[in-house]
Amino acid sequence: MSIVVESVSKRFGDFAALNDVSIEVADGSLTALLGPSGGGKSTLLRVIAGLEQPDQGRVLISGEDATSKPPQRRNVGFVFQHYAAFKHMTVAKNVAFGLTIRKRPKEEIDARVDELLKLVHLDGFANRYPSQLSGGQRQRMALARALAVEPRVLLLDEPFGALDATVRKELRAWLRRLHDEVHVTTLFVTHDRDEAMELANHVVVLADGRVEQAGSPDDLYDRPANEFVMKFIGEVTQLGDRLVRPHDLQILREPGEGATEALVERVLRLGFEVRVELVPADSDRVSAQLSAAEAEQLELEPGQIVYVRLGAAGRAELPA
Amino acid sequence: MRSRLALRFAALGYLALLLGIPVVLVFLNAFDDGIGAAWEAVTTPEAQHAFYLTLVMVAVAVPLNTIFGVLCALAIVRQRFRGRALLNAMVDLPFAVSPVVLGLALLLVYGRRDGWVGEWLAEQGIQVIFSTPGMILATMFVSLPFVVREVVPVLREIGTEQEQAASTLGANGLQTFFRVTLPAIRWGVAYGVVLTTARALGEFGAVSVVSGKISGQTQTATLFVEERFQRFDLTGAYAAAVVLALLAFATLLAMNVIKPKEASR
Repeated sequence: MSIVVESVSKRFGDFAALNDVSIEVADGSLTALLGPSGGGKSTLLRVIAGLEQPDQGRVLISGEDATSKPPQRRNVGFVFQHYAAFKHMTVAKNVAFGLTIRKRPKEEIDARVDELLKLVHLDGFANRYPSQLSGGQRQRMALARALAVEPRVLLLDEPFGALDATVRKELRAWLRRLHDEVHVTTLFVTHDRDEAMELANHVVVLADGRVEQAGSPDDLYDRPANEFVMKFIGEVTQLGDRLVRPHDLQILREPGEGATEALVERVLRLGFEVRVELVPADSDRVSAQLSAAEAEQLELEPGQIVYVRLGAAGRAELPA
Repeated sequence: MRSRLALRFAALGYLALLLGIPVVLVFLNAFDDGIGAAWEAVTTPEAQHAFYLTLVMVAVAVPLNTIFGVLCALAIVRQRFRGRALLNAMVDLPFAVSPVVLGLALLLVYGRRDGWVGEWLAEQGIQVIFSTPGMILATMFVSLPFVVREVVPVLREIGTEQEQAASTLGANGLQTFFRVTLPAIRWGVAYGVVLTTARALGEFGAVSVVSGKISGQTQTATLFVEERFQRFDLTGAYAAAVVLALLAFATLLAMNVIKPKEASR
């Protein structure tokens, strides 16, 4: 295990930011810390980096107890949401910072900086200042700077949070490829479930300072541990006394086994998918998700009476 | 359009009345009896010693207040401790207290006969009052707030992320300060140094009380101007005033020269 966090608690005054949190990050993995704002994700990341001291618990990095070590002796790479670029230094000097501090020979530093700038597609920008770069470029520079010292783990705090949607998507795909290339154990914080599901091979859901569930993206989606995770990870609707995913519902024109009678209230087409709002006779509104082809076959119209049940392929399901 | 012109006129007119016209008149009066007379007046041994002493005040007070000012600003902005608000308020004291009052206070502490530690110091052979150390103390006190007040807002603005990034990259406290914090606040420090220098050059009240005004010994340039003026040596007074003004201009100019365009980054 690259990172082990054991029963860490951290309070800020009356506010319990972390409450007995334990997580493990496997060597070479790309792990996401996912959760709503104020859930403790960033605090946990900062505790791992040594930028915050936990009130209780231990942090092990590569098997070594790092709890009482200052950040500069933990050898972790940290990337901040707002880049934390050294504004008075050129891009090359920024990337070289950690190596300069370690007093490496100049030729070695130059070669390593060149190599890293190529890796993050910033070759040709070596002599620019951060203010002359776009947000996405600054964040890639910050990443190169963190990677320069060959950290044991790379910690990213909402790395794409300050960027616009298009750049965010691009950088996401790029980070995925970069991780395949460099294999450094990476832990990143995000409140965006798509980002976590798309990038990570392991996701830890954190809310109100507690770990709600940890597992692969499929685990979380198909076997959510509780209602919070089920709702946070995907769309949820309630049919009778069960919480289910809208795309797991099946709509029939004729009565069928286990199907509930319902009135079609609204049919909404969103590109390839169709959302249907149904009102069953004896319970609250249900929303179902169909493919455009399925919807066409059923010839759904508002005001119709149909029959709805959980389809055979339905997976995620919890009592309401 | 008209209101913008009026605004500009008001600002310039105000400055001209308060600053421009008096300064120009000082220059004109200094050279009333010709450049030769003015030159002679500021090159007498007493005048030279007075300028030398003023430069000594600047040379000691400015570096010390710069170092203390930066440390003090760091404590105010970066740390949380009991008495932080008090420290923050105390720094402004020299702005609020009249320099003359401060000079008297220094007498109470360091005065040779009835000062708080003055007697003991005198026994050790150290004379503070009516001597250079006391004048340096007075100058330091009145010019103390400038670096702190210029650096505090800059430190607040840059935040702590760059420093935290440096620490995760392996830099210890001193390395972080010299490689990241100091370069980030350097224009604030530079401006503070300029203001401190200007204030130290021009200090009159506090130094006047503690100096004893011994011509050729404890007379700074401002005290020299006063003495000349009271002896009806107007050429001497105005000429020395012009030298002081030129030193102040040079300080402001130096700052604009060393400050490259990069500062806008």
